[in-house]
Amino acid sequence: MNHLFFLLTLAAYVGGFTAYIAYLVAGHDWVGRLGSLFLSGGLLAHYFALLERARGLHTVPYHDLSGSMSLFGWLLALTYLSLELFHRQRSVGAFVLPFVLAFFIFAQVSPPDRLAAAPATGVIFALHVTLSILAYAAFGLSCVLSVIYLGEQRLLHEHRVGDVVWRLPSLDLLDRMSQSSVLVGLIAIAIGTALGFVWVDRLTGKVWHYDPKYVVTLLVLAAYAFYLRLARKPSWRGARASQLCVFNFVIVIFSFTIVNLFFSRAHRYF
Amino acid sequence: MEIVLVGLNHRSAPVEVRERVSFTNDQARRAAEELRARGILYETLVLSTCNRSEVYGVPPESTHHSAAALSNYLSSFHSVQLDLLGPSLYHHYDRHAVRHLFRVASGLDSMMLGEAEILGQVREAYRSAYENGATGPVLNRLFQGALEVGKRVRSETELGTRPMSVASAGVKLAERIFGKLHERTALVLGAGMISEQVVSQLRDRNIARLFVMNRSLERAENLAHQFSGKVIAWDDWESALALPDVIVSSISAEEPVLKRTMLEKVMAARGNRPLFVMDLGVPRNVDPAVASLYNFYLYNVDDLTQIVQQNRHARESEVPRAELIVDEHVGKFLTWQASVELIGVVQALRDKLKSERAEFVRERAARVPGLTVGQREQVESLIDELLEKMLLDPARRLQGEKDLRRKIQQVEAIRELFLPDRER
Repeated sequence: MNHLFFLLTLAAYVGGFTAYIAYLVAGHDWVGRLGSLFLSGGLLAHYFALLERARGLHTVPYHDLSGSMSLFGWLLALTYLSLELFHRQRSVGAFVLPFVLAFFIFAQVSPPDRLAAAPATGVIFALHVTLSILAYAAFGLSCVLSVIYLGEQRLLHEHRVGDVVWRLPSLDLLDRMSQSSVLVGLIAIAIGTALGFVWVDRLTGKVWHYDPKYVVTLLVLAAYAFYLRLARKPSWRGARASQLCVFNFVIVIFSFTIVNLFFSRAHRYF
Repeated sequence: MEIVLVGLNHRSAPVEVRERVSFTNDQARRAAEELRARGILYETLVLSTCNRSEVYGVPPESTHHSAAALSNYLSSFHSVQLDLLGPSLYHHYDRHAVRHLFRVASGLDSMMLGEAEILGQVREAYRSAYENGATGPVLNRLFQGALEVGKRVRSETELGTRPMSVASAGVKLAERIFGKLHERTALVLGAGMISEQVVSQLRDRNIARLFVMNRSLERAENLAHQFSGKVIAWDDWESALALPDVIVSSISAEEPVLKRTMLEKVMAARGNRPLFVMDLGVPRNVDPAVASLYNFYLYNVDDLTQIVQQNRHARESEVPRAELIVDEHVGKFLTWQASVELIGVVQALRDKLKSERAEFVRERAARVPGLTVGQREQVESLIDELLEKMLLDPARRLQGEKDLRRKIQQVEAIRELFLPDRER
């Protein structure tokens, strides 16, 4: 059964990616709509794949690295699709789907951890983790959008106005999309972190339980709040804000990888 | 049922001839009425744009005769000698007329390949003719098909998506930076023809605020008045530069008017908000060194011309795809035409056979002594039944024929073999 959903998800994401690429190259609206349709189908199949896997392992999807990455891919796709619908803009799909696919495939091929189940259960904990991963996905999306912004801006500056430039969103829209994405991420990480403290309090009776991850998470929160503030100032709006957004995501990657793997005691994969 | 088209366009006629043969809306309506009243055409539609004047129609007799009559009519209607007009006119019939119209509606026959306006002009011509009762089932079907082809070509190919003039390329580039322009401000320096073209494009894109500056205040006021803009005095231009998101400059000056030091101050004053500058002056109005300023986008005439060239190539590469769509719809129209034709031919054949049966029975019955009226009616009924059976089976087979060419050939064969006197 798991195999079936894996194949369905893979087929839908690959189909979506192909359609988005074709839309970027040829510009036919119906191809773009097909891309959205495939992505929606992929999201549904991916959801069931996550569910099947969690049931099979008798644990939550974010129990191990593989599940966390798969959930990250799913939330990235979900955030992108929401943004696509909100801004009515499909030409970014071709740049986002490869990341979704990479996370999904890597999660599937990596073996599940055989770690003992952490005392990590309950709705609050589930929300804490899901919202945190959603925030990382939204920040990842804003990073992709910022990189596209920087690329398009460079092409426009250098007067290299080829086929792709006519199809990409305007710089203004990319900027707004990136800010929307960061806003989603900020709200998610703020609530997710607060719920984390609540959960720790319930578990240990102490609100503050030092973990380097807390510090880095607060740093991420501050960095993106700073970005959101600067990105609305005329003097920062544009390339500078996009560069800052890319830099901020480097901190997120640092938090997601180095901090989780080597420093944090309470956070493993999120 | 056939279709005839007589007309001229930018390829067949010089502007001196085109302007003498163009129709106003009233003239188009009057011509359509007269053509039908004189019996030259059953159905008529006049399509007149700045680059073409065409009359489409369904004639009561051979299309070739109608074409000659139409040429004469155009000559007399516009008081242009046929000797002068004749060489510029093209005549298309049936399939070729259909294809021509579909290509026109798609922008494939336009002076500027893929132009968007032509579809609206075809729609308007059809609406007007339809409301005046000048069209009938054939032209209704034909023009509805043309509008459908035009829409498909527009949505399924890139024939009309890329800007093809310096002015439109500049405005489209501004949209690449700012998105929709309805909240943006533009400043136009200079009030010449190129400025007017850009301002027209900006207005089409619903630019929120438009300012015009020119050394000659009168020309600035004219341009501003024409496009609902505001005039800024020439002496205030340094302070005015802080306002806009888009600057269009086409001033006659021997050296750059907008220098780097000045624009650095301007950018600082505007908090480094993005600024898009179209430098359309020759010699250039803007110091090229400003291009490296943060959030500053500078395009001169050569840059924009190069983009237009690229777009022209891109549009040309879309022509085969557009032609495929046109072919598909020509096929659809001809299928419909052939099916309508088939029904007419079968009905005519039925009428003819019944009439011959009546004569045959009357003649033969006279030679049979003692044949009662009831028996004669029975014989007539049996013959009718046989004829209907003989007619119905081939008609059904013909109706289901998939090969259009073969179908048309077979209909033609029936007509020639059994209905040689029937008007085509």
